[in-house]
Amino acid sequence: MIAFIIRRILQAIGVLIAVGLIAFSMFRFAGDPVNQLVGIDTPAAEREALRQALGLDDPVPLQFARYIVEAAQFDFGISYQFRQPVSDLLASRAPATLELAVVATIFALVVGILMGVYSALRRDTALAKAFQAVSLIGISLPTFLIGILLIYVFSVSLGWLPSFGRGETVRLGGWTTGLLTGSGWAAIVMPAVTLGLFQMTLIMRLVRAEMLEVLRTDYIRFARARGLTNRAIHFGHALKNTLVPVITVAGLQFGSVIAFAIITETVFQWPGMGLLFVQAVQNVDIPIMAAYLMFVGAIFVFINLVVDILYTIVDPRLRSSLRAPT
Amino acid sequence: MSATRTTLAALLLGATCLTAVSADAQTLRWARVGDALTMDPHAQNEGPTHTLNHQIYETLISRDQAGEMVGVLATDWRIDPEDPNSWIFDLREGVTFHNGNPFNADDVVFSIERATSPTSDMKGLHSTVTGAEKIDDYTVRIVSSGPNPLLPNNLTNTFIMDEEWSVENDVVEPQNYAEGEETYAVRNANGTGPYTLESREAEVRTVLRRNENYWGLDQFPVGAAEIVYTPITEAATRVAALLSGEVDFVQDVPVQDIERLSSESGLRVNLGAENRVIFFGMDVGSEDLATDDVEGANPFADVRVRQAMNMAINRDAIQRVVMRGQSMPAGIISPPFVNGWTEALDEYPAADIEAARALMEEAGYGDGFTATMHCPNDRYLNDEAICQAAVSAFGQIGIDVNLVSQSRSLHFPLLQREPPETDLYLLGWGVPTFDSEYIFSFLYHTRDGGSYGTWNPTGYSNPEVDEMIKSLASNTDIDARNETIADIWEILKDETIYIPVHTQMLSYAMSDEIDIPVDAENQPKMKYVEMPQP
Repeated sequence: MIAFIIRRILQAIGVLIAVGLIAFSMFRFAGDPVNQLVGIDTPAAEREALRQALGLDDPVPLQFARYIVEAAQFDFGISYQFRQPVSDLLASRAPATLELAVVATIFALVVGILMGVYSALRRDTALAKAFQAVSLIGISLPTFLIGILLIYVFSVSLGWLPSFGRGETVRLGGWTTGLLTGSGWAAIVMPAVTLGLFQMTLIMRLVRAEMLEVLRTDYIRFARARGLTNRAIHFGHALKNTLVPVITVAGLQFGSVIAFAIITETVFQWPGMGLLFVQAVQNVDIPIMAAYLMFVGAIFVFINLVVDILYTIVDPRLRSSLRAPT
Repeated sequence: MSATRTTLAALLLGATCLTAVSADAQTLRWARVGDALTMDPHAQNEGPTHTLNHQIYETLISRDQAGEMVGVLATDWRIDPEDPNSWIFDLREGVTFHNGNPFNADDVVFSIERATSPTSDMKGLHSTVTGAEKIDDYTVRIVSSGPNPLLPNNLTNTFIMDEEWSVENDVVEPQNYAEGEETYAVRNANGTGPYTLESREAEVRTVLRRNENYWGLDQFPVGAAEIVYTPITEAATRVAALLSGEVDFVQDVPVQDIERLSSESGLRVNLGAENRVIFFGMDVGSEDLATDDVEGANPFADVRVRQAMNMAINRDAIQRVVMRGQSMPAGIISPPFVNGWTEALDEYPAADIEAARALMEEAGYGDGFTATMHCPNDRYLNDEAICQAAVSAFGQIGIDVNLVSQSRSLHFPLLQREPPETDLYLLGWGVPTFDSEYIFSFLYHTRDGGSYGTWNPTGYSNPEVDEMIKSLASNTDIDARNETIADIWEILKDETIYIPVHTQMLSYAMSDEIDIPVDAENQPKMKYVEMPQP
């Protein structure tokens, strides 16, 4: 088991280095950061001096090697734009993104499961058909459009919810949370729905399909034969068995929820890491871009690692295969 | 179930908080596309950074809403009668910094030295300044390496810091990129201005509070007791926030929303010319162009081709269709309020495809040629659409243009490299000194590797014009200097090195309870703003 974990961690480091390398070779096409850093009337010689001071003239492999060595010591450099350490910037933005991702995932799970169960059990009702239609919208409409639509309905027309920002936040040690204030909750509703809508649709369809599948199996028939109530059959037996793949998908999707938060955060001016990244791209702020991509890569690798380990715990059949490298 | 109820209750509570905030009339909630990069007033020579700092820090001289120079911390200024290289500034008395320290000549000397130090981003503007000396507590002399007629114009964004505070907090020099450490001045501020920095969360929210000890309280309205500044990146969200009443003032209004916002009741949209002119430039100096299909010759080197292109552009149509009325068509590459601009110079030829074709014929390019145009797509108002309009105009006179639109971070380096990597390009230019010299020395003077001609990738080089441009820098005889400026414009207008398109317009949208006129430098100063009484 330990050998397996060590092997997976080594693989994870390899993946991260590959992510860094790909990111680094792309930055050359993002443009010239020096141009964004200095005033328009700066002479060429000074621009050149700054370029050298930042090490931008060095060959890419050298820049990359330097970056990896520093990143391994958790030093991600200084943001060109803000002139603050990138690790501080990311740390101050991480709570907003993580809170949004968690709330969006919970929303997607709760609403998705409820809608899925309902549309499986009452397939032919009008409401079930409406759910199907909603899920189609959730899958096909781009996040950006959904966000803007929500803003125009709930902020501009109805005036119920704020159109941007995080509301009032409370500081708890190094963590800022908006979940302890009323305005914080009001502010997170629309971004969370926008971000979670796609996952919600996915989960709803998954639950519906799995549920229909399970309801046809023999043990459900036996349960009926035993005279159990519908309630016990549907929720005690059928739903429980449906949830295993749902949880797996939701877990794996958590990484993409964080990664896709970029668009949602831009629409709602949500002060998270995604918004920071978008602004960094516009301003060619390479240290922020590099650190963010590494961070997202690390999250994906970590989630996959946890899922792999959980599988081996849950399913003893997998353990024997661990001894031989696959 | 109870969890749902709690959430619902929380939502309602949130909605109530929202209305409670917007009811406070003394708070001005201000949104624009980007945030200030830093609070260090000398670390970034950049618009949004200066704009926010203008509320907190003050300069010796500033510009009012109409663009006129007015004294702020200086009450009077003149060239030293005994030394033409020096300017003397009389300082305002009885001014204190936010921390209570008195303002005096030492702070000015300190700030000028800080602004011209190697790590300052303002030093390019003050490259000729050699130092500052205190004459007495309220008189200062600023010395340049030669006569410097425009020194006061260059001081309008050079903020004055408190020497004691800077020494105490170890921010005697602006932050150094190479060193990397964040300094105290990045997030803290101590100026003499009408507002104090209450709290700042970069890119999220900056709260300013009225400085109740401000020297100008009885001269300016300083209406807002509190200013909440929020960057909102996404244009649609910014507009929505104004429509829903969550912000009172939006500084960067998307062109396509102006009409809609003006017709909305309860809102006001103010329009005004921005200090920025948009134009096309082309390689007139090379023997042969890299991207054309003419062998062994450079069609842009022929003034008739340039004049034909100048005639092909339909500026009025661009103003009407592309800019939806939000521009002022231009005949020279200077905004109207710049010294040297005249109505006669600004006249532009009416679009005349026939005449343009005839000129092309005369130049020997009757069958046309191909060229590549580079265009930014995220820098100026509708920049890409302007380029597309020009491509179709040039197409009508036989110039088959291949358009390359890309981000500003890729576009500008093409112009900056030596040799430049573009034959035809779009550029915009603002004139912070409000004087034509700034246009001449960056855009028309021969590129000399130093500070002259840094934004002149055209290869245009006219020794006679260069001489005249250089003479402006040190000519303190205002009338003679203005005459030279007029002569230079006369030569350049005929040369048609650049094809002017228009001066950009700015639009500010706000609640109709306040009225913030457009600031020519796009740096609204909130001390001029009156707020409705509660």
